[in-house]
Amino acid sequence: MRPQGQLAAFSRHLTDVGLYVEAQASPGLAPTQLILVQAVDWSRLGIAARAWGCRWVAGWGEDMGETIRVNTCFEKAGAYLVARTAVPRAKPVLWSHIDSYPGADRPERHIRDMLGVVFSGHPDKRRWTRHQAWKDSEFPLRRDFPAAGRPQAQTPADHQYNFLLAQGSGVYEIPVGPVHAGIIEPGHFRFQAVGETVLRLEERLGYTHKGIEKIAEGRDADGLARLAGRVSGDSTVAHAWAACMAMEKAAGLEVPPRAIWLRALMCERERVANHVGDIGAMLNDIAFAFGFYQFARLREEWQRVSRAAFGHRFMMDCIVPGGVAVNLDQHFIAAMRDEARTLRKQIGKLMAIINDLPSVADRVRGTGILKPEYAQALGCMGYVGRASGMNFDVRRDAPYSPYDKLTVKVPQHHYGDVNARARTRLEEITASFDLIEGLLVGLPAGPIRVTWKPPVAGTEGLGLIEGWRGEILSFVRFDADGRIARFFPRDPSWTTWPALELLIHDNIVPDFPVCNKSVNGSYSGHDL
Amino acid sequence: MLRILGKIQRLGIVTEPLPKLHEPALTEIGEQLKALIGEQFSGSLAIREVDAGSCNGCELEIQALNNPYYSIERFGVHFVASPRHADMLLVTGPVSRHMEEALRRTYAATPDPKLVIAVGACGANGGEFGASYASCGAVANVIPVDAIIRGCPPTPLDLLRSILEAIGKRSTANPSNKR
Ligand code: SF4
Repeated sequence: MRPQGQLAAFSRHLTDVGLYVEAQASPGLAPTQLILVQAVDWSRLGIAARAWGCRWVAGWGEDMGETIRVNTCFEKAGAYLVARTAVPRAKPVLWSHIDSYPGADRPERHIRDMLGVVFSGHPDKRRWTRHQAWKDSEFPLRRDFPAAGRPQAQTPADHQYNFLLAQGSGVYEIPVGPVHAGIIEPGHFRFQAVGETVLRLEERLGYTHKGIEKIAEGRDADGLARLAGRVSGDSTVAHAWAACMAMEKAAGLEVPPRAIWLRALMCERERVANHVGDIGAMLNDIAFAFGFYQFARLREEWQRVSRAAFGHRFMMDCIVPGGVAVNLDQHFIAAMRDEARTLRKQIGKLMAIINDLPSVADRVRGTGILKPEYAQALGCMGYVGRASGMNFDVRRDAPYSPYDKLTVKVPQHHYGDVNARARTRLEEITASFDLIEGLLVGLPAGPIRVTWKPPVAGTEGLGLIEGWRGEILSFVRFDADGRIARFFPRDPSWTTWPALELLIHDNIVPDFPVCNKSVNGSYSGHDL
Repeated sequence: MLRILGKIQRLGIVTEPLPKLHEPALTEIGEQLKALIGEQFSGSLAIREVDAGSCNGCELEIQALNNPYYSIERFGVHFVASPRHADMLLVTGPVSRHMEEALRRTYAATPDPKLVIAVGACGANGGEFGASYASCGAVANVIPVDAIIRGCPPTPLDLLRSILEAIGKRSTANPSNKR
């Protein structure tokens, strides 16, 4: 059965079990299908999707005036489906999907904080994205909430959040953050520990909430691409690509082949840079300074070439609606092929040294195990999922151009420890080298950008990109005059932050940094 | 172990002399400042980095200051884990309202005299995010700022140069500043 056929069968199945389902054409979402479901059937939709083996991808809402629209995206075998419903703005109540999908927990709390939709049956009534910057009776994504808000002169700390308490003799609590010890992003971790062993970790995120979804409203296409490129700076290429893909699909705009291939080249370069840097950082967290400095050196060299070729060390703002902003000079084709070959060799040599060290193995093997059933339940994406038995990569399983013309090798491991995540990332680097080679050899000639044509009001688009952390979903809907009415980027970190809470269980507190780094969720990408 | 030493020896030192971006040459500034840091901060300037809501791009470039190419430690500058150990705060991002109080407290916890540098387009004026219900915008809207390093993100070289310049300015403005 073709992938889309699977989900067509699923929507027939929904009708068979008595749900009222209406398929709706939405060219900007295609090949993703769109179905309209009644709000009363929302819970049964979740149960049926789970039974059908679908993954819960993302959920987001939108204020439509009289109603609040809620969307959930499912995926099975590379086919995507968006189910949509609406609840009255005056009484926005919907059944939660959390019973079928634990991964829906925080996204639903986010929708509640931002739009005021109450998810009945959701066991966690606590706020998530909201701290103290707006009142619990206010919802920033409602149309009548001004982007400037009604801030107090000083926003107080959110010190009354009810963390779960563990009690018993010898149990103690370690609060960490939001300001962390290293040069990293802010967030709060609450550990309950006995001796050195972690009984429980609870995360409190939302500190870097910058109102991205709200301030996207009213922007033009170029402005949205810039904002998307700053959802998570380390994934600037992937997020900008996803947002541009969504906008271009909405506008029915054909992007020139050369531009698409250059986007992929940048995206693979971003993947390599982050994997290389993070492997070094993981070695740093187990106090192996040699490895840290070596990988930091390699990352620096790699980024310098990115800057020479594209004008920016992270290639920020290089992806623009309709194409790319910079062309690749011919001489970089040979230079980058050499560069990839050299780096492959260098990493090989370093890993030969590192693999030989029992003190490294001792710290990473069996540390921070994420069991495959947990990864599955949470729908973990990227290397975190793939190190725990998940076998999904958008580039291979729902291929978008140019990956439909290339072979994407997707590593998979099952043990789910820090070591497996590091291995997965090393193998992904190698796979990216092959892709870079293919991209450089096959790079088509021609223009790199077409003129942007804003679509009519109401048009929507969906972008799906495999960033270095995994699947990024980007939803865009246009208003009049080519202005953005709604932007929702789902960073893969949403799927891996909850995994960190599980995999740290029963590990020792001093192993938290390396466990955290091996997952490396984006705070900014999550907090929006 | 031998292979580690072998690798280190074969590679040699990759740390670069600073390029001449401004006159006088940065290497000279570096040398002067090393002397200043020696004099004023007992040879070591401690920086506490605070992400007050950044997109994390600025953090990547600040981290790069520790890589062997830039090796900021050669000037006696190093990053510390607590504001209580810090002489300088390097603050990134538009200050999110959710980080506002944490930033104030970090500032209060840093002993006087302290230098505050706002980093990036966001730290300077809110950048792409501006001020909103969720963002206070510039760092200067929340705590006093002594210097600004622009760029989105500023490159490691920009960071290095501006950090050194900020220390230089502080000592000219206040020659009696001695620890
Ligand atoms: S200045 Fe640029 S890189 Fe730095 S936090 Fe702002 S958007 Fe990110």
